[in-house]
Amino acid sequence: MTAVDPRAGASRLRSDQVDLRVDLGPLRLDNPIVTASGCFASGREIERFFDIARLGAVVVKSLTLEPRGGLPTPRMAETASGMLNAIGLQNPGVEQWLATELPWLQALGVPVVVSIAGKTVAEYRMLAEYLRGQPGVVAIEANISCPNVDDRNVVFACRADATREVIQQVTRVATVPVFAKLTPDVTDIAGIAEAAVAAGATGVSLINTLLGMAIDVETRRPKLAAVTGGLSGPAIKPVAVRAVHQVHQALPDVPIIGMGGVRTVTDVAELMLAGAKCGGRRHRDVRQPAGRHRAARGAAALVR
Amino acid sequence: MAATAGRCGATEEVLAYRRIGAYHSLTFVAPDMAERARPGQFVSLGVAGGGTLLRRPFSIYAVSRHGPWAGTIEIVFDVVGPGTRWLSGLVKHDVVDIVGPLGRLFPMPQQQVGCLLVGGGYGAAPLLYLAQRLQQANLRVDIVLGAATQDRLFNAIEAKRLSASAVFTTEDGSYGTHGRVTDVIERMFKDGGIGVVYACGPMPMLAAVSRVAQRHRIAVQVAVEEAMACGVGVCMTCVVPYRRDGDVANVRACVEGPVLNGRKVVWDEIGRQPVGDVATGDTATAANPALRP
Repeated sequence: MTAVDPRAGASRLRSDQVDLRVDLGPLRLDNPIVTASGCFASGREIERFFDIARLGAVVVKSLTLEPRGGLPTPRMAETASGMLNAIGLQNPGVEQWLATELPWLQALGVPVVVSIAGKTVAEYRMLAEYLRGQPGVVAIEANISCPNVDDRNVVFACRADATREVIQQVTRVATVPVFAKLTPDVTDIAGIAEAAVAAGATGVSLINTLLGMAIDVETRRPKLAAVTGGLSGPAIKPVAVRAVHQVHQALPDVPIIGMGGVRTVTDVAELMLAGAKCGGRRHRDVRQPAGRHRAARGAAALVR
Repeated sequence: MAATAGRCGATEEVLAYRRIGAYHSLTFVAPDMAERARPGQFVSLGVAGGGTLLRRPFSIYAVSRHGPWAGTIEIVFDVVGPGTRWLSGLVKHDVVDIVGPLGRLFPMPQQQVGCLLVGGGYGAAPLLYLAQRLQQANLRVDIVLGAATQDRLFNAIEAKRLSASAVFTTEDGSYGTHGRVTDVIERMFKDGGIGVVYACGPMPMLAAVSRVAQRHRIAVQVAVEEAMACGVGVCMTCVVPYRRDGDVANVRACVEGPVLNGRKVVWDEIGRQPVGDVATGDTATAANPALRP
């Protein structure tokens, strides 16, 4: 199988399966379970545990223009019902990924959502250009929770104007729907979502990690080498539910991919009841790689 | 790979819990894992208690493929936090969620060479498992085990049984040679006959052993100890700077390791910002400063 037609969902459905299809604007997925970016690596690692072709889509780890080695260790600190991480977007770079990783995912026939991360608006546009017409890529997720080096390292998604600028540039060149992944570390997340949609985003992915910090009181040093990091895990799930709810209230027609601390069927259902069209799992892959498909069926049953 | 889906993870029953010196050991009935496990590999255990969510990785200490309980695997651990405290409370018939065997194994020597096994603390555990395999292959095995104190030397009796010679060091001099493992391996290298070193223990020890081995141009394979979150290669937490293809890359201890070529690990760069790399977090701090209240 080479190309995945976003509308070809029905052909992957067996007669003994329940219809779990979801529509995210023009994008149709077989079921509402997707991976959350950053917890999937290339997919080969996870394929040992379950058949990833059965996912609604995979959202790959954020790609950057150049390969990145990432931040020094320690990169992770466990916290109450969660974890902090500061990985630094370690990835092989978009060119290498297109050459070695995308063909493997294409062969599995699973729809691929590519997460992109840039340091400048121009980098986001260039990344979107690399992805033009790539078979199997059904959407772009713009990870705009990155510091903008052209604006004193202010995170793009913390400002409506920067969000608009990035999404405009990405949607201008993209050949597939674009989703903006937003940080909850803002005063008015609905306002940022509105800016993204006004700039051409098909929908939004909510939420990215929350910025956090932990200190080892014995050594008096931060637990992460990068000092601060992103908080994930069940600890942040209520924040995700709240963000999805707020954006859905403000923009009821905009498709939302919900994520943040999702572990169980009930968690996916909760995000969907708050207004999300589908649920991404981040923490679950780290803690419990197997058993995702079970979640898909359960979620549909609960929401219907 | 789809055929193996689901085979890496299972809920397994505790067959035995026991103390080994200052350490704890758990044996699980896990026939499938026992069949596939090799020295140097690890398993990751789901733990409960205290709001902990992440799995805990442990080297495999012993494997029994036959016997009345079918296949079993045994791990060794030290109680250092809520996760390991929870594990130390398990009793026979309790069940634990285990994923494994994971990671790269200790490669066996391709020629008949003498093997020196160097362990720090309970880092000795996977080495004793390896020693069995090396002995079965008719290779000479010498063992050096070090620890801070005598009670933290792991299973000295077993080390003696599995080797042609076993040397012990303690930092307080309570048992064996007063000092560290590097104080005795230098002399052993000079005496000759050692073709490969296998080491497991704290990172500073692995760095020191690798440097000595490199100086004597002896192959060295180390099982590194890095904090892990997923243990299966997706989260990029447990990376180690490693020379590869003329460059330095952050390789994952859980997938490319935990056994790595000690001469290729860039020990000085562990925990440091790689040169020329761009920090992408919200702070570009290379060093990790002490905080003042």
